[in-house]
Amino acid sequence: MSIDTYIDEITAATRNRPDYLLQNLYEIQYQYSYVSDQAIKLLAEKLALSESFIVGVIGFYSFLHTTPRGRFDILISDSITDHMLGSRGLLDTLCNKLGVALGQPRADGRVTVDTTSCTGMCEQGPAMLVNGWTVTRLDQNRIEQIVELIEADTAVEEWPQEFLTVDDNIQRRDILLSDNSNAGDALKALIEQGDEAILQQIESSGLRGRGGAGFRTGMKWRFCKQADADQHYVVCNADEGEPGTFKDRVLLNSYADKVFEGMTLCAGIIGATKGYVYLRAEYRYLRAPLEQVLRKRRETGLLGTDILGKQGFNFDIEIHMGAGAYICGEESSLIESLEGKRGIPRIRPPFPVTHGYLNKPTVVNNVETFMAAALIAVHGANWFGSVGTEESSGTKLLSISGDCERPGIYEYPFGASMQHILQDCGATDAQAVQVAGAAGATLPAAEFNRCIAFEDVATGGSFMVFNQHRDMLDMVRNFAHFFVHESCGFCTPCRVGCSLMKDLVDKVYTGHAGQYDLDEMHKIGELMLKSSHCGLGTTAPNPMLDTLNKFPQIYNERLKHSSYEPSFDLDAALQDARDITGRDDAGAHIGTES
Amino acid sequence: MAEKLKVATASLCGCFGCHMSILDIDERILDLVQVAEFDRSPITDIKTIGDCDIGIIEGGVANAENVEVLLEFRKHCKILIAMGACAINGGIPAMRNSFTLKECLEEAYVDGVGVDNPMIPQDKEIPMLLNKVHPIHEVVKVDHFLPGCPPSGDTIWTFLTELIEGKPIRFPYEQIHYD
Repeated sequence: MSIDTYIDEITAATRNRPDYLLQNLYEIQYQYSYVSDQAIKLLAEKLALSESFIVGVIGFYSFLHTTPRGRFDILISDSITDHMLGSRGLLDTLCNKLGVALGQPRADGRVTVDTTSCTGMCEQGPAMLVNGWTVTRLDQNRIEQIVELIEADTAVEEWPQEFLTVDDNIQRRDILLSDNSNAGDALKALIEQGDEAILQQIESSGLRGRGGAGFRTGMKWRFCKQADADQHYVVCNADEGEPGTFKDRVLLNSYADKVFEGMTLCAGIIGATKGYVYLRAEYRYLRAPLEQVLRKRRETGLLGTDILGKQGFNFDIEIHMGAGAYICGEESSLIESLEGKRGIPRIRPPFPVTHGYLNKPTVVNNVETFMAAALIAVHGANWFGSVGTEESSGTKLLSISGDCERPGIYEYPFGASMQHILQDCGATDAQAVQVAGAAGATLPAAEFNRCIAFEDVATGGSFMVFNQHRDMLDMVRNFAHFFVHESCGFCTPCRVGCSLMKDLVDKVYTGHAGQYDLDEMHKIGELMLKSSHCGLGTTAPNPMLDTLNKFPQIYNERLKHSSYEPSFDLDAALQDARDITGRDDAGAHIGTES
Repeated sequence: MAEKLKVATASLCGCFGCHMSILDIDERILDLVQVAEFDRSPITDIKTIGDCDIGIIEGGVANAENVEVLLEFRKHCKILIAMGACAINGGIPAMRNSFTLKECLEEAYVDGVGVDNPMIPQDKEIPMLLNKVHPIHEVVKVDHFLPGCPPSGDTIWTFLTELIEGKPIRFPYEQIHYD
């Protein structure tokens, strides 16, 4: 098929709507391995957008490219938990065996190898994506087989099934994961009791957002319901990008019906007829199964028009794909991305509940929140509030990875102590736990008596364990590099701050930093907290500030004793000039006795 | 009368515009020398630096000699000031940072229009160029940054008088807006 015809087809399927630009680009990327100038020109005509706008969108998302990638486009997950499982060594092996340089297509165009941010396979890593499909449990043996498959030009669809298998790894179930209600139960309750009664149940249950921020779900739905507009929207945030979290992956794999039920419930209450699941591109393998669940719900009257026979209860759900951008987990960036734009966070207020998707009142909730809401409708507020703490009712799904015997998904009532959790997962030698991901908090053993709850240790679910043998600066470095990659670049404190922080952490790591540099990290970190535009910038310095405070030895043991050290190797900076001139006299070197 | 403060200045990889701006304090230099005396500086033509209270650096760090001078200044000055855009962020010379050093030298000495006897100089008298141009705070600790391209004579005057009087340094708006 010619590219003209292809683009005709995909844009026609989305009715030439410019807000579907990102969805079109995603398709083109996987069809051609890049978005060519010609494709940009054709899209610009079809969608009535400028070419520069489209180029801007492509540039924003890590998984979109304007130059060809290899036919096998491999991305090794670069999360700290993958590192701990040996991903860096495997990456080197893969590059050597395939004869490719990192990020550069091989001369024959067959393959590229690169790294990517956390792919959400932390408990079954090291992991990689190949043409968007997830491969788990990499080891030397598997890497060698993958090299053979690629050299034999075997399509990914024909690779051994066990390579592409993603397990749920549920280790502990509580009220959510052991619930045995049926599809449609929550919607029946809604129809029987009326939307006001159910909304009151959700309000009195004390349910708070499970993405991490903990905003009261009932209040959010109430605000949105009260916002006057001709259309309301329900959006499920399945952009699970926080390093170390993978619980939404499991919910979407095995509990999708309940998540969709929660979205439909929300739609019935706020008066929405359209919903979107914003699915991170790393979970491409989940898309087809999710579409299947949606089809089944349509067939059984749980989606579509007159849901469960109730006149005028119309709602349907569409899946939109992300394209590799951590910031799109922030709700206003997510909405921008849903509208097909660069995922730059909006200025708030106004909040999405009044001005969200297409500027209409929109509820954006986490996957787990929708599921919990559905079950509250079925079992009532008291059932939900019977577990948890005063400020944090119900349970929380934790994604546990790192140094423990039994990594996986653990559902705990809020209030569970860190100590207890560590025992359960078989972490006998923990030095620290990184809770809530790269943007979260580093807890040393002295704080293991604390509890998982909004009023104590708040988390969206990421729980990474580090044993006594780990160098915590490896983690800090990994996160510092992560934030440089993921900063959207809109505001200076975050864009520049993340880079400065990374340089300083690297300087400490390589043994070139002095006390002055640590003071700079404090200063820059405080400035980022105070002045960044959104939550990414205000949390990005956390790993440095937290460890400077709680793990000072990882910095101090590497410090030079002088108060100031240059930020680069002075003598090495003359190397180009030495190479060009062939000089090697005294003047061609800078002594190190500074 | 109390001993005079010692002030040293140097231009590294800059255009001497900041030093011209120092001269723009005009006759106030007579007031200045009541309380300060110049040590190493293009103004005095003294070539080596002694112990000083204040060191003022114009220009970024582009070659080995710049590094050497800068380290000497840091060693001998109690307070070190980055003056002007080039010292603070590399300025115009740092535009070469988007090219390799080889590309720059070839453009200047080999491929440039009207180049006679094309060759890249290798004389040992010539300071070796760094791969990139750096702001001075990447090589030494800097105590004050005085922005401007160049800062005006009035800005420099305000800065020096308040610094010498030990006051917090505050500028009238007109002295630090550059649009």
